[in-house]
Amino acid sequence: MHGKVDEKKVKMPSPRRLALVPAILASAVMATAQTQITIATVNNGDMIIMQRLSREFEKQNPDIRLNWVILEENVLRARVTTDIASRGSQFDILTIGTYETPIWGKRGWLTRLDQDLPAGYDLGDVLKPVRDGLSFQGQLYALPFYGESSFTFYRKDLFEAAGLKMPEQPTWDDIARFAKALHHPEDGVYGICLRGKPGWGENIGFISTLVHTFGGRWFDEAWRPELDSPEWRQAVAFYVDLVRECGPPGVTSDGHNECRALFATGKCAIWVDATVAASYMFDPAESKVADKVAFARAPVHASPVGSQWLWSWALAIPASSRHTAEAKRFIQWATSKDYIRLVARTDSWAAVPPGTRRSTYEEPQYIKAAPFAGLTLKAILAADPARPTVKPVPYIGIQFVAIPEFQSIGTQVGQFIAAALSGDTTVEQALRSAQAAVERTMQRAGYYR
Amino acid sequence: MKKSLRDKTLGSAAAWPVALVMFFPIFWMFVSGFKTEVEAVSTPPKLVFRPTLENYAAVWQRADYVKHAGNSVVISLGSTLLALIIAVPAAYAMAFFPTRRTRGMLLWMLSTKMMPSVGVLVPIYLLFRDFGLLDKRLGLILLYTLVNLPVVVWMVFTFFKDVPREILEAGRMDGAGPKHEIVNLLLPLAFPGVASTALLAIILAWNESFWSLNLTAAKAAPLTAFMASFSSPEGLFWAKLSAASTMAIAPIVVLGWLSQRQLVRGLTFGAIK
Amino acid sequence: MASRPDRSAGRRRRPSSPAFALKLPAFLILLLWAVVPLAMTFWFSLQRYNLLSPGVRGFARLENYRYLLTDPGLATAILNTLVLVTGVLAITVGLGTLFAVLFDQPLFGRGVARVLVIAPFFVMPTVSALVWKNMLMDPVNGVLAWLARGVGLRPVDWFSEAPLAAIVVIVAWQWLPFALLVLLTAMQSLDPERREAARLDGAGPLAMFFFITLPHLRRAIGVVVMIETIFLLSVFAEIFVTTAGGPGLATTNLAFLIYRFALLDFDIGGASAGGVLAILLANIVAVFLMRAVSRNLET
Repeated sequence: MHGKVDEKKVKMPSPRRLALVPAILASAVMATAQTQITIATVNNGDMIIMQRLSREFEKQNPDIRLNWVILEENVLRARVTTDIASRGSQFDILTIGTYETPIWGKRGWLTRLDQDLPAGYDLGDVLKPVRDGLSFQGQLYALPFYGESSFTFYRKDLFEAAGLKMPEQPTWDDIARFAKALHHPEDGVYGICLRGKPGWGENIGFISTLVHTFGGRWFDEAWRPELDSPEWRQAVAFYVDLVRECGPPGVTSDGHNECRALFATGKCAIWVDATVAASYMFDPAESKVADKVAFARAPVHASPVGSQWLWSWALAIPASSRHTAEAKRFIQWATSKDYIRLVARTDSWAAVPPGTRRSTYEEPQYIKAAPFAGLTLKAILAADPARPTVKPVPYIGIQFVAIPEFQSIGTQVGQFIAAALSGDTTVEQALRSAQAAVERTMQRAGYYR
Repeated sequence: MKKSLRDKTLGSAAAWPVALVMFFPIFWMFVSGFKTEVEAVSTPPKLVFRPTLENYAAVWQRADYVKHAGNSVVISLGSTLLALIIAVPAAYAMAFFPTRRTRGMLLWMLSTKMMPSVGVLVPIYLLFRDFGLLDKRLGLILLYTLVNLPVVVWMVFTFFKDVPREILEAGRMDGAGPKHEIVNLLLPLAFPGVASTALLAIILAWNESFWSLNLTAAKAAPLTAFMASFSSPEGLFWAKLSAASTMAIAPIVVLGWLSQRQLVRGLTFGAIK
Repeated sequence: MASRPDRSAGRRRRPSSPAFALKLPAFLILLLWAVVPLAMTFWFSLQRYNLLSPGVRGFARLENYRYLLTDPGLATAILNTLVLVTGVLAITVGLGTLFAVLFDQPLFGRGVARVLVIAPFFVMPTVSALVWKNMLMDPVNGVLAWLARGVGLRPVDWFSEAPLAAIVVIVAWQWLPFALLVLLTAMQSLDPERREAARLDGAGPLAMFFFITLPHLRRAIGVVVMIETIFLLSVFAEIFVTTAGGPGLATTNLAFLIYRFALLDFDIGGASAGGVLAILLANIVAVFLMRAVSRNLET
């Protein structure tokens, strides 16, 4: 196909192309006056809004130009970790969470961000648990963009029709009772939807909170895993029985997204998951149950400690970045009170990034637009990653354990629990395999010989 | 002729259902791009709905399609062209001047592809970092050329072997050197095969998502990165993903359609003999 | 087509320098490409190297291999890899040959039908997997479930009950067009005169297929098998976005196991050992395959 061959010769200059040269030179001159910053972020709704509104920032700061790399969370984390650990210097701003920040801060890979903040920034306004989650030894290494905890979503219409009432603080036994009563698969409604897809950030994120509220822990003070403890067995057996009896089919491939779709299309009576999904449940464009959804606190069992998780997506700067000053200006802008007000103006109060600043929760318009705000705030303030369960632990983190090995450990354990959920193994077998796998990993990592 | 019309109808009755079933998932994806997010995942699946362009608008606004598409085109075409330039002479030599070691060499070429990319990620990343090839289109062009070369050599070798030797010998008798032989005789004869190989190499480069995500950032990112940004971990995204995917495969489908005309033509031995 | 006189003996006496020069660039480049990263991988596999703990370095001798070989998931991963490869090969070669015959016939709108049937190969693997998982195979919201319920069957919960089968279906769907394209192109080089001669001799369609078409396609089938095998041995994207290797280890293949080492553990030493193991496994598979399709490399 000779046409195709010509296409490939496109790179040779032609008179028309040469005429473009002055234009290219001109824009190159302009471009060199600009600092180009590369920012890597997750493609959640709030970050997409940030990307859109960043044009405002570029207008106010014409010497900075942002180049965006937007990826799905797991891919982003792998990409960014590879780059920062091998000093590839591909990025100037990273979007990381409360899991990586303390670890990377400890390694000295991140720039410290609690110094030279502009006057109106008001770091004290940032919620303390979130601030602590992003610090190492009291030094802040990332500025929080949004924060979340977990709570219970439920269908108030289905509860009313069945004559049931959801208390503000339900227990897991309550939830099991409700789910059984509301489970009507023949009508296309399942009693409860919970995450089942294997992954340290998927099913394990949820199961961690379950185990903690049942009184179990991941590791004892000597870093020996306790997955074969009675609390773990009770928690996982409870989860497997509940979901098998009252959950939708296909649950082992349901992660946060799939559960969200199920609840939004009216298939679930109850759902326990991230608070950030709440604003989408209220949006009629994204949810069929916008007028039927209500909220309660995350269920508890033996103790409320560790029943709700804490997560924050934050913006950080690698220590190897060559544009630290400009990057700081953007980060400070994107996590400021003014930014929150900007989102309220351009989008709505319901769409502002939640869970970072107390001032957001004191704003009457926000409370009006987001009826779940009060519960969200309570959940975030009650979540203390330094004390995830009643028994003493050597680790930080509620829905994860802030050690580098956890990504692998969590995913492996998640796979075993999913096998129990799909009936391939019993809960005992699954936990025994999980315990062995965790011990192996911890031993290799040098926690004990 | 009645008989051939009957044959055509019978043939179509067998082949068309297959085509439709194979195409259905893509059709479904295409259609979902015009639904709202909630409609895209609801049951029963909706075939009748009010189409909307909101997803395309959102996709267009959010990511720079033109930049990514441009990168994809440059990288795919560049690496395929480079691979062909290197592969055609090699395949020619192996097909028409085989030695005892030819078979071993072909096998060895293939074995270089056998390691999962994820196992060699860090070595390659470090190499690219040291040579300044990170986030550069040239880096991906070189990488894809190397990655696809074994496949291209193998396939061109296979199609060359299908060409009847008599024609080439006739040309050689006339005093044609290897270059003339390849360009003026062999390539036209083996053209559909080489074209299929080129098409496949372009598709492999176009859709390759591991290296293209890990070795680029903002500047050299091709359409696979564009796609990856719509695979959302939070929220309903299937309608937008469908729209983005349709946009991402549109150039390739057009290319495939155009090249199909060449492939359908087939080898015309009769005419040459 | 008359059988070609074997003139290979005469060929070898020709000067081999032009042939050598022609092969040289490909050979050199591949040598460089194969040697450098492989050497690095091999070297890393003997090192203690974790990206997240840069201070801990040192010669680990065979420690990484020992750790890899004692991984309880390794046997399952290798088995799953082999099942996946053979399953997809069987489906794509079997159906590919059948479809090639179908699409070689005169059809109404042949060009359009061919583009439609080849289209799956154009779509990015991750997108294909997501479409299959969420829009087609989902037991609640998916099209297949809706069809099943429509005829009164219980929808199959693909990713819980038959996860590896689900992955095989998705990957086979993606690669069938490749097999079809290669086989169809090869089929078109079959001399119509030969077919006519066979028909005149009274050969029915089945005999035609087995005695004329299939032998002609042998080389093409060999190519399809070799090339697909390379790609199928390292299937990763589809598993990553659908099952994350689970439930349990049901869909963990060797590539996914290495991913766990490389991008969850950031254990480069372990990942490199896994890579070396993958190459060993692939070479063993290749030897078996070569025996099976060796006739096609007639030189």
